Amino acid sequence: MAHIQLDSDSLEKETTTLNLGPTHPATHGVFQNVLEMDGERIVSAVSTIGYIHRAFEKIAEHRPYYQITPLTDRLNYCSSPINNFGWHLTVEKLLNIETPKRVDYMRIIIMELARISDHLICNGILGVDTGAFTGFLYLMQERENIYEIYEEICGARLTTNFGRVGGFERDFNDIAILKIKKFLTTFPKVMKSFEELFNRNRIFIDRTVGVGAISAEKALNYGFTGPCLRATGIDYDVRTANPYSSYNEFDFEIPVGTNGDTYDRYMVRNEEIWQSLRLIEQALAKMEKEPKGIFHADVPAYYLPEKQDVYANMEALIYHFKIVMGEVDMPKGELYHAVEGGNGELGFYLISEGGRSPYRLHFRRPCFIIYQAFAEIAKGSLLSDAIVTMSSLNVIAGELDA
Amino acid sequence: MAIATENLIADLQSTFGTALSNFEQPYGLLTFQTNKDSIIQVLKYLNENETYRFRFLTDVCAVHYPTTKELAVIYHVQSMENNFRLRIKVFIPESNPKIPTATVLYESANWQERETYDFFGVIFEGHPNLVRILNVDDMVAFPMRKEHPLEDPNRIDKNDTYFGR
Repeated sequence: MAHIQLDSDSLEKETTTLNLGPTHPATHGVFQNVLEMDGERIVSAVSTIGYIHRAFEKIAEHRPYYQITPLTDRLNYCSSPINNFGWHLTVEKLLNIETPKRVDYMRIIIMELARISDHLICNGILGVDTGAFTGFLYLMQERENIYEIYEEICGARLTTNFGRVGGFERDFNDIAILKIKKFLTTFPKVMKSFEELFNRNRIFIDRTVGVGAISAEKALNYGFTGPCLRATGIDYDVRTANPYSSYNEFDFEIPVGTNGDTYDRYMVRNEEIWQSLRLIEQALAKMEKEPKGIFHADVPAYYLPEKQDVYANMEALIYHFKIVMGEVDMPKGELYHAVEGGNGELGFYLISEGGRSPYRLHFRRPCFIIYQAFAEIAKGSLLSDAIVTMSSLNVIAGELDA
Repeated sequence: MAIATENLIADLQSTFGTALSNFEQPYGLLTFQTNKDSIIQVLKYLNENETYRFRFLTDVCAVHYPTTKELAVIYHVQSMENNFRLRIKVFIPESNPKIPTATVLYESANWQERETYDFFGVIFEGHPNLVRILNVDDMVAFPMRKEHPLEDPNRIDKNDTYFGR
């Protein structure tokens, strides 16, 4: 029953239609919600997505495998290295390439840094949406430090195009290692002060506890994965369920929540940041025990040779030419490989019929699947709570639309 | 509790008989085919069976095979308790691309089926809101089908012969 009562012959509506998006500062991305509002309460929500659809699955059917990596950058652009390595791991599984342990550890360092930066953005913005700007500024500085590490290793910051099939394009240099170590010493202090600002903050708790809650059963039925699922109490994490890249050798915990509300999602993400730090520390230590200078698997048919060899060595020239021109024949195969992305299970379903490009490549984008629950979660809540809920679901437009 | 693959195959075959075929395990992932009349029963059986508990629909997508004029709808389901994944394929003819919707079992099928419809024109019968999701509403083609080229074939300013695009 709406608050405004109109006569049956009235041309007016009892509810207000509100367009939230497609370009609204609070949606943090290009997607639209058409909300029917009764005063401050949402009666119904209809989500419209596809504003930045770039047909990656179609493009991928026409590109050689190494050219698909930059496409994956643009899925979840807050943690693009995870997407890159997810794709490389998929191709390596297709080709049965076993990467050296050192490569696995290097990947884990970068993937966990990416997870930290992803969660930092989500939790920082959640603070902004609840009215606290300071925490966000603290965290942006730390994200900057992570991006500088990326920059040192691969030359790019946001859309990283990290690594290659088989490993990395170059080894971590000394500055990169120093920057990672510096990050490991400075970041925990900043993270602590961020947590002190928020975790027991009266206003923050009032704004987030019980807001946008979803039960574990509902979350499973809606296909939730990642922090949003773990906040409901289900300890599903691809890193432990189907370990890839030697995650099984590491000691870390999967934090879970209980209520599945915005506060739990926030807390799960925070705790995951601490676990990621543990993983980076362990991976650094393990990496240093491995023989130096190994940063890719020995697969000359798929991994670009050293540039100086291309000029001096016939075989290297042939491989270089074949790889760059996309003349490498891939084996036939059909596989699904999943990695734990910033938002949950990022899956690659790949069908290869031989030839230079995939016959079909489908991305299982966690955001796309999680976001369809928003209409139901938002129903009946206040508009301001819906904004906070959307923020804590961490909807990334790039991953939504592919 | 772990699921033994052989037992699962034997159980499925005894329950559904000839409706299931082509059991294989590419890269260790159990895959089989079924038909569009049985797919919902198969999913329901896997979902409601207390031992298997395939309660999680990981992914729905389609593949176009123009040589046989078929579309394959691919379901990935997962049992989190048993840490077991399954792939189920249903081949439907291009001329009559209809299949019952899985939204009766999984809410997560909703947008994934809309996406599959949007790109391949697979009609999920009984779907609550089967409209385009990523492409514009007035689009007439189903762009992921193989007959649609990536770029406008009439363009002459772009000769990519040597790069094979």
